[in-house]
Amino acid sequence: MGAELSKAVVDGILTGGVYALMAAGLTLIFGVMEIINIAQGIFVVLGAYLSYLLEVHLGIDPFLGLVITMPLMFGVGVLIEWGFVRPLEAQNRSALSILVTFAVAIVIEGILTQLFSADLKTLTAWYVDRSVHVLGFYLPYIYLLGFALAVVLLVALYLFLYRSRGGKSIRASVQNRVGAELVGININRVSALTFGIGAAVTAAGGMVFGATNSFNPNSGYDLISRLLVIIVLGGLGSIGGALVASVVALVIEDVTAVLWSPVWASTMFFAVLVVVLLVRPNGLFGRVAARAQ
Amino acid sequence: MVSPPAVPGVPGDPLDRPALRLARRAGLLVVVAIAIAFPFVFTNPATTSIAMFTLIYAGAATAWNMFSGFTGYMALGNAVFYGCGAYCFANITQHLHLSGGLGIFALVPLAGLFAGLVAVPVGWLALRTRRHTFVVVTIAIFFIFQLLAYNLHGLTNGSAGMSLPIPPWDAQTYNTYFYLAALVVAVIAVALSWAVRRSGFGLELLAIRDDEDRALGLGVKTSRVKLLTFVLTGVVTGMCGAIYAYYLGSIYPPFAFEAIFDVTVALMAFLGGLGSITGPVLGALILEPVQQYINLRFTSGGLALITFGVLFLIVIRFLPEGIVPSLAGILRRRLAARASAAETSPAAGPPRVGPPVGAGASGASR
Repeated sequence: MGAELSKAVVDGILTGGVYALMAAGLTLIFGVMEIINIAQGIFVVLGAYLSYLLEVHLGIDPFLGLVITMPLMFGVGVLIEWGFVRPLEAQNRSALSILVTFAVAIVIEGILTQLFSADLKTLTAWYVDRSVHVLGFYLPYIYLLGFALAVVLLVALYLFLYRSRGGKSIRASVQNRVGAELVGININRVSALTFGIGAAVTAAGGMVFGATNSFNPNSGYDLISRLLVIIVLGGLGSIGGALVASVVALVIEDVTAVLWSPVWASTMFFAVLVVVLLVRPNGLFGRVAARAQ
Repeated sequence: MVSPPAVPGVPGDPLDRPALRLARRAGLLVVVAIAIAFPFVFTNPATTSIAMFTLIYAGAATAWNMFSGFTGYMALGNAVFYGCGAYCFANITQHLHLSGGLGIFALVPLAGLFAGLVAVPVGWLALRTRRHTFVVVTIAIFFIFQLLAYNLHGLTNGSAGMSLPIPPWDAQTYNTYFYLAALVVAVIAVALSWAVRRSGFGLELLAIRDDEDRALGLGVKTSRVKLLTFVLTGVVTGMCGAIYAYYLGSIYPPFAFEAIFDVTVALMAFLGGLGSITGPVLGALILEPVQQYINLRFTSGGLALITFGVLFLIVIRFLPEGIVPSLAGILRRRLAARASAAETSPAAGPPRVGPPVGAGASGASR
């Protein structure tokens, strides 16, 4: 039992890292634009399909393929922001953006269904099915590689946000949108950039997701529901919060699967949010962290 | 989160004249008469089926609007109540071994009450949060309930679903009874929405939408008011769900707790006019037949999704505040532009899409 439990914790941490990457994008979008991008889930699925295409038709290794899929998804994000989110009027913008991004998600899901049908697909590579024996555990290579990827990208995101001018503009917009405009920051460009980043990270997350799960266009709903739970749990707008929340939620889910039953594990995932909100209605790192950043 | 449209109903509002009020009442009666007569005139089961779904969604959208439109809290988890109403109805009929027929419709309010009871803890929990967190919490709760429906085999029979008694009516008139039941629920929803809006209670809700902290400071018991409205929404939506389940004859978790339902009712309310009384009905009248048509026309799931999504986007892109408030605004400006003494009958007014001025203009006072 102890070994199973420890494995569950380790698995939780590893997958949590990948979810953290995708959730970071989502919470960043919220921080800058105050909108909830419901399409983030389907973006992940789209990223998975893109990696799948590269692997099946061009024989490109999924990790290497990221060099192509990430800029592609960045472009998709920028296009969607420009085409669907920006035209929304200021009034009711927050509420309408939810409906708009949901509509975009439906359209993308429809397109993917038409192109790929509802058959389950999964990515294959030498590291997907093999495990490495570490400290008494058998850890699938893909989990470790995926976690490493997530860490690398999150560090890159951190460096971008805190060491570059573009990043500084983004952080300024998060802190005070109007103030940022007043000091000359081009909010439209920042918004597009943020949305693009938010989509680009889903390319990476999608690749790992596609390698560790079988997926079809319908997988988006489960993903977005989890990502939403994570960003609220962590506190909307807080990337650090998203990190902690991902790991915590995933660990709890995996542990529940071992201790109680796999059937109830997913329910537990959502229940964690409910429990935390009882104590901290703004999430773990709610307002405080956003200002501290 | 949702900002208020223009405020009508102030003294001197051109739409509040006695002649217009009479016209509104008359128009309302006409609409209801047409609605009752509809299934007897258009007896094609396909038509009455679409009409019935339209009424169910009209009721659900009005209920959604009663909370989210008036308070500004976007709730995207109302399918919880829809599903709870459906499963409650299924459970009762199954445990009491009831057979299909007219009498069972009496259980629909009971299912609604059950959904309302569920709304109490759900609302209490969700309403502790504000704005965006609230939206996500309602979504999360929705998924919890969907998962519960899959896993609580004792109550829901899991993914095997539950079956409901099949009424012994013949194919021609089968839909008619369901249609009428749905009509009753829709009328209740609109009446409730109207009563809430007209009362001091409704003003408190609007105050919460405009500036909750100020309302709190002025003595509005915001928590209680929000929760009560949330429960009312649950009751009506639950009744809609019960009728839906009864009509289908069997209920499964993904149909009872359907993600698209949440967004559809919101879209209908937005289209018709968020915060108006008849707006959601109009939205349902427009969107639901289209949705049914798309589902029938496109058997391949992908095309249906694409069409529906694009439709969504078009609707959102081109609706300013929704049809009813926009038209009411146009009407108001036209009337104000004329000499106030002119006693013409602008009730015949500009050609309108949807219900006649009677029902529509009552939404003008929102």
